[in-house]
Amino acid sequence: MSEVLDRGVTEVELKVVGTRPIRPDGTEKVTGAAMFGADFSMPGMLVGKIKRSPHAHARIVSIDTRRARAVPGVKAVVTAADFPDLASEEYEGGESASNLRDLSLNCMARAKALYDGHAVAAVAAVSAAAAAEAIDLIEIEYEVLPHVIDVEEAMAHDAPVLHAHLFTEGLETRPLSPSNIAQKNELARGDLPAGFAAADVVMEHRYTTAAVHQGYIEPHACVASFAPDGQCQVWSSSQGQFMVRTYCAKVLDLEASNIRVTPAEIGGGFGGKTTVYLEPVALALSRQAGAPVKMVMSREDVFRATGPTSGAVIEIKLGATREGEITAADVVLKYQAGAFPGSPVGAGSMTALACYDIANFRITGYDVVTNSPKVAAYRAPGAPIAAFAVESAVDEMALELGMDPIVLRERNAVKDGVKAAYGPTYRNIGYLETLEAIRDHPHYAAPLGPNQGRGVAVGFWFNVGGESTAAVHINEDGTAVVVTGNPDIGGSRASMAMMAAEVLGLPIEKVRPIVADTASIGFSMLTGGSRTTFATGMAVTQAAQKIVAELRRRAAQIWNVDPEKAEWRNGAAVCLDPAKPEIEPLSLAALAGRSARTGGPITAEVSLTAQGAGPGFGAHICDVEVDPETGHVTILRYTAAQDVGRAIHPAYVEGQIQGGVAQGIGWALNEEYVFDRLGRMENAGFLDYRVPVASDLPMIEPIIVEVANPRHPFGAKGVGEVPIVPPLAAVANAVRRAIGVRMTDLPLSPPKIRAVIDAR
Amino acid sequence: MPRVVAVGSAARAFTLGAAEIDVEASTVGAMIKTLDTLFPGFGEHIERRMAIAIDGEIHQDASGAPLRPDTEVYLFPRIGGG
Repeated sequence: MSEVLDRGVTEVELKVVGTRPIRPDGTEKVTGAAMFGADFSMPGMLVGKIKRSPHAHARIVSIDTRRARAVPGVKAVVTAADFPDLASEEYEGGESASNLRDLSLNCMARAKALYDGHAVAAVAAVSAAAAAEAIDLIEIEYEVLPHVIDVEEAMAHDAPVLHAHLFTEGLETRPLSPSNIAQKNELARGDLPAGFAAADVVMEHRYTTAAVHQGYIEPHACVASFAPDGQCQVWSSSQGQFMVRTYCAKVLDLEASNIRVTPAEIGGGFGGKTTVYLEPVALALSRQAGAPVKMVMSREDVFRATGPTSGAVIEIKLGATREGEITAADVVLKYQAGAFPGSPVGAGSMTALACYDIANFRITGYDVVTNSPKVAAYRAPGAPIAAFAVESAVDEMALELGMDPIVLRERNAVKDGVKAAYGPTYRNIGYLETLEAIRDHPHYAAPLGPNQGRGVAVGFWFNVGGESTAAVHINEDGTAVVVTGNPDIGGSRASMAMMAAEVLGLPIEKVRPIVADTASIGFSMLTGGSRTTFATGMAVTQAAQKIVAELRRRAAQIWNVDPEKAEWRNGAAVCLDPAKPEIEPLSLAALAGRSARTGGPITAEVSLTAQGAGPGFGAHICDVEVDPETGHVTILRYTAAQDVGRAIHPAYVEGQIQGGVAQGIGWALNEEYVFDRLGRMENAGFLDYRVPVASDLPMIEPIIVEVANPRHPFGAKGVGEVPIVPPLAAVANAVRRAIGVRMTDLPLSPPKIRAVIDAR
Repeated sequence: MPRVVAVGSAARAFTLGAAEIDVEASTVGAMIKTLDTLFPGFGEHIERRMAIAIDGEIHQDASGAPLRPDTEVYLFPRIGGG
């Protein structure tokens, strides 16, 4: 259990929020009864399979499906010809705008295959064997083109161009020729040359990171049914059923009202399930076949055709005085976008210096298309990559100045009233408190042995609010149901139920949280951006408050007193009228039992756009031991402090912190996409793509810091993304101090470390 | 008059390089309309691509938000998440 440091939370007596009840989905999960995407089935269901490009870049000359269609049991074969040829249009469907044409082309290639694994056709058949046979019999003539995957090679003027229509945005003058650089963006403040002139020490480094996958255990899966009357149903594992509905409607040119999407349990998403891959294809197959179609990706499919996040190159120049004031920073970020524009370089740029109050800086970002799978969001998209470079550079500066790395960060820390590097002014942030938490933790003073090192790094994420809907229904026995439209990927059902229980005055066991389909609850943005407990929790709280107001009104009606004289305390209406001291409180169950005679069903629904999401900060300490013979890095100890505003369910918060750190350690030490010379992924499986497992890691110790967010009814801030931001640099900084050499190229795999040790 | 600060070169590609623009408007919606008149296409770019912070606070749905004469509005690239 973590240490909880409370800073400034206004203490009201809370009975449920802040406790650790058993998770509502626990029994189903541990008994295997939970229905994940691949578990759903329907009578007469067909098996759908995708034929994928074996080439990293190729023109599709022709597709002949005749032999495939002739296979007994094959009911449908689709290619891009079965999808509308959409115009290029930005559309708000997930968390931010996506280009619908690119989205459609990523689901099914048209004219060109842009990466190894790109879908080029699909089949539905009565059996997996028939579908597989048909896939093999689809004849595709390719004209193989030169490919490019490395981000800097893709930026070169003579690089193979992926999209003839792509001209770099963000340049002062419109370029005359197409480029793989989709966008250049720059954030700047102050006088950069003057800032460097004021520095006593100026350091420059170049850092690189590999593309890594979100690594969710559950592969993408769905069942889709396209009925003859045009009514569509989709059951799928995603981070947002409304996102699936919107994108299916757009990709297939259908009306949203004709599509009902039911969310399955989700076995991990981490941002990677904020878009669609299979669902529109399954609907297209179902429409042609006249039967439901189930599609489940293999692990190889997941690696080759979904996710990952960017591989990147980051150049950083940092200047500081001998006293430790960082006077200037110049950061250049080059991020792979994969086959279509849209890397997280914008967020990387905005987060790069978000922990630092620096007067003079310039951050330049490049979004670069490459012949690799289109990147998808991954926990704090873009931020860990930028933080790896910035936090490594700050660590080098601390070493050069002979300063404690925490003291250097405190010296330059943002605080309330400081304008963030990306614009807005910080309010109610807990960054200094997280630094204080790790500085004062026994871990920071613990002794180290030979070949061991200790690294420190910090991280930031914006956290967002957005559109959410929630309903609270009171049952006739006084129990309650909380209905939301957000898939539960990190414990949101528990936190929703807890906030409702707190307001209603019910024990948590009396509140059942449900995630509804798109026809059963109003719109909610997807679960992502660390928004659900904050934004949907706000909707739940307001809905519960409406219920309480209604219960007070009904009690007053029963007592024949003014509603102001009916107060809600501990799950019951209490009469405050001094003229009626004999009146006994009316419990929620008693009021629910009389609902038919006091105004009918007791229910409330609230839809809102949540504003005021408080930004999150984390500060981490990592101890490593490097084996000088093998280059293997062992994580000895890891402590992670994070300002979470208010931990609604501390155990889930701790889980989020531990999970983010574990993924960050994998990113730092092991994980990478490896391509052969033809641009084909060589390690598309968990045996060769090595994510950390429990035996690789020590117990990660979370420190929950609570600097309340006054814009949330219980003070909550987003939690899920900050924890993955610092680990890349925390590990690298620890390795630096263990071996005495700065490693700048992730992952810090044993061969690389051995090479550095040998060269010392 | 409210001051609009366009963060990032993508936004400033619309504003002819200007980082700060004073706009006569009493709501964010009116401000966007005025900016679109001054810089054709910028309104759609703001609607599609940008987040808005009013006096330091990020607004997800800001079109009706009032602006005072001393309000500072930051336009910066929209934020998603994982």
